[in-house]
Amino acid sequence: MMREWDNSPELEVQHLTMRFGGLVAIGDLSFNVARKQITALIGPNGAGKTTVFNCITGFYKPTEGMLKLNHDNGKQFLLERMDDFRVNREAHVARTFQNIRLFSGMTVVENLMVAQHNTLMKASGYTIGALLGLGSYKRAAAEALDKASYWLEKVNLIDRADDPAGDLSYGAQRRLEIARAMCTNPRLLCLDEPAAGLNPQESGELNKLLRTIRDEHNAAILLIEHDMSVVMGISDHIVVLDYGRKIADGTPAEVKIDPAVIRAYLGVEDEEDEELVEEAIVAVAPAPIAATKPAPTKQAPAKPAPAKKPVKAKAPAKKAARK
Amino acid sequence: MSAAPKSGGAKGEAKVLSPSEIAKDLLISGLITVPILVPIVAIRTQLDQGILTWHSRFWLAGLLGALVVIGRGLMYVFVWNPRAAAALDIAAPDAVVVPKIKLSRIILSWVLPLIIVAILIANARYIFAGLILVLIAGREALRIVFPDRKLSDLIGPYVAPGLLVFGIMLPIVAHLGKAYGVELPNFGELRLIDLAGYILIYIMLGWGLNVVVGLAGLLDLGYVAFYAVGAYSYALLSTVYFPRWFGVGIVPYAFYVTLPVAGLLAGLWGVILGFPVLRLRGDYLAIVTLAFGEIIRLVLINWFSFTSGPQGINVPKLTFFGYTFKQDADGDYSEFSKFISDHFFPLAYDRIHSYIFLYYVIFALALVTYFVTKRLRRLPIGRAWEALREDEIACRSLGINTTNTKLTAFAIGAMFGGFAGSFFAARQGFISPESFVYLESALILAIVVLGGLGSPIGIVFSATAIMGSFEVFRELGSAGDAIKSMMGETVGGWLSWLFAQFPTQLQDSFIGTDPVQFRMIAVGMAMVVMMLFRPRGFVTKREPTVYLKEKKSISGDMVAEGHG
Repeated sequence: MMREWDNSPELEVQHLTMRFGGLVAIGDLSFNVARKQITALIGPNGAGKTTVFNCITGFYKPTEGMLKLNHDNGKQFLLERMDDFRVNREAHVARTFQNIRLFSGMTVVENLMVAQHNTLMKASGYTIGALLGLGSYKRAAAEALDKASYWLEKVNLIDRADDPAGDLSYGAQRRLEIARAMCTNPRLLCLDEPAAGLNPQESGELNKLLRTIRDEHNAAILLIEHDMSVVMGISDHIVVLDYGRKIADGTPAEVKIDPAVIRAYLGVEDEEDEELVEEAIVAVAPAPIAATKPAPTKQAPAKPAPAKKPVKAKAPAKKAARK
Repeated sequence: MSAAPKSGGAKGEAKVLSPSEIAKDLLISGLITVPILVPIVAIRTQLDQGILTWHSRFWLAGLLGALVVIGRGLMYVFVWNPRAAAALDIAAPDAVVVPKIKLSRIILSWVLPLIIVAILIANARYIFAGLILVLIAGREALRIVFPDRKLSDLIGPYVAPGLLVFGIMLPIVAHLGKAYGVELPNFGELRLIDLAGYILIYIMLGWGLNVVVGLAGLLDLGYVAFYAVGAYSYALLSTVYFPRWFGVGIVPYAFYVTLPVAGLLAGLWGVILGFPVLRLRGDYLAIVTLAFGEIIRLVLINWFSFTSGPQGINVPKLTFFGYTFKQDADGDYSEFSKFISDHFFPLAYDRIHSYIFLYYVIFALALVTYFVTKRLRRLPIGRAWEALREDEIACRSLGINTTNTKLTAFAIGAMFGGFAGSFFAARQGFISPESFVYLESALILAIVVLGGLGSPIGIVFSATAIMGSFEVFRELGSAGDAIKSMMGETVGGWLSWLFAQFPTQLQDSFIGTDPVQFRMIAVGMAMVVMMLFRPRGFVTKREPTVYLKEKKSISGDMVAEGHG
């Protein structure tokens, strides 16, 4: 079945495999990231999500597979063949990090100026021009500063612009990292757990920010997230990984009731439970995913935890029956 | 001072000081008073049958110090103690106005400098003592004029221009002083200007290395290699290659033609060094740069046909745009003074002309280094260097080519090293591989680290302190005399007695030793003390390169040190 993300996608991940020695971190992973959509990459700890990010952004060279980025002007980039800095400079893929990597000894606004390095470098005539006072570096610098203040407004940090980045609170640092990534004009923004450590109000603001980026800045967003209120609330498309393999791929509503996802997320404590879960899955969702009717979208996004309930509810009955 | 009771009561906001705090405060006042009094009252000159002699009265300084301490203690007991004040019917202040002072701060900013000043005065090194006093006075003046601003915030607007004016005026003042008969005792103007030029070379080298170590965070232990490349470029081009290519006529102008070439060659060496070490970080980078510095030196020693090895090369000295400073046959003029006499005003030959000119040339070169590195810091490349120091991975995720960024840092740092090197050669008139040993690299690195990573003004102070202290040591006589003259006769006598208790062998190995030999120990100890009290160097603030509303300096604790 043709899905909207298969139709002229921003990023095509095809048969991506990453091995570290004997360990297969990612095995034959294929999925697409649609233009102007928010795609979430979820999965239990150690599923290989960050490894996928590192492959996309050039920090790892994948063992096998192809990562094709299509700009809407028709330009194509094979990310697996590019150096990490070229992935950002030429293919315009920006990322944030799971453990925040800001330039903490530099001010907030300096962080955003560093992000515009390549534009400014060109404007400064690769330093020589600006050093000799030639060229239009001053104007370019003023524009860069404007852009920095625009993004500081967006992420609500304009009052902290001249403070060192290391002085910001955790949530503010996360927002600053997103602003810094956006200052590189990305076509694809990869966010590694942007909501980790945020309180509910902050993650609500984050959702709003990500929607703005998607709708107003025409950037595709690929995010790794454990906070299901964020994932279910804003994603258009969810890819689920477990042990480096894709176990589900669909809209939030589809993924939520996918038996494989439920199993991966519930975990299985002992053999008996596993059997029980399998039985429960058969009882709840007998049909394959594609045939599943999407759940009503108006419904408030549920965490996988509630999905646990029907399973558990049946368990005692089964147990009793077995006795 | 156990009599000092706790002052302040439970009354209002009065600050309660514990007895130990008060005791500390009293001790500090004693420690401040006595060193100040030593040069004022403890040393007394006397005209004895036409011979000027002097005797010491250290007991007097001690007595006066004790009086100050006792007086301050009484103030605690009766005046600053609200309860006692109430009993005595005196209006007690609401709060005990004793600022919380750190002992380390007092020692570092008052006791140590004043002890040094006292020693210098005792040795009649008035210039150095005067310089230190001027520095202290300047610091205190800034503190008084701007009581609510931190000293490090004042560096940009006040200290840097002050130093600039000081640098321009130094030879003029020294020279005028001589012209009006105010000769500098014990330390001629010639030596002073020469020493200032020498220190300026190290300031310039520090500023160059600062690009690599302070901004880009790449630990370079072989910086002297670029200094050597610059010096040998000038030496070989001006003595061998330029005369061969362009004729002998170019030799007087060689410095001005070679300077850019030497800088470029050194920069090229920077890139050549940069390539293999790009993938290395931290300790590994340091080791490879160290090895590179040694390689250059060993090549200079062993490639005899090219560099004439350990014999060194005689280099043409710096000229005034072609006019030499050499005294002519009848001794009245040099080419320079003749040129000035012919075109401007009559000027007889004087040795000092060459020193003053050398001083201004290195001053100009250092200024160029300062302004270029300062400007670079505000350009995208400089920001990328600093970002590289903070987090290399984040840099790459933002599309910064870290390879090129590191290479430019190496190349630009090396280029300034090359400029300084060719000036060094033109100043000395002779170079040999001996001038480019590892110790030089370590010294320059120490200057950068002591100054505070990334701070150009900090480097000025640390270079002056380190190189200046070497010179002071050079001035002192042999060890025994030095100790005696440093301490005055009484203390010197005690020391001699103490010294006599050592085993003879140990005594023999010390007596007659040149104090110059001790300079590394002294500087090493000073650095240990410094690093204990100010682990991030003299200047511990980082100035932001750009700001939206208000420029706030960043505490050094935030700033990364870089890991290569």
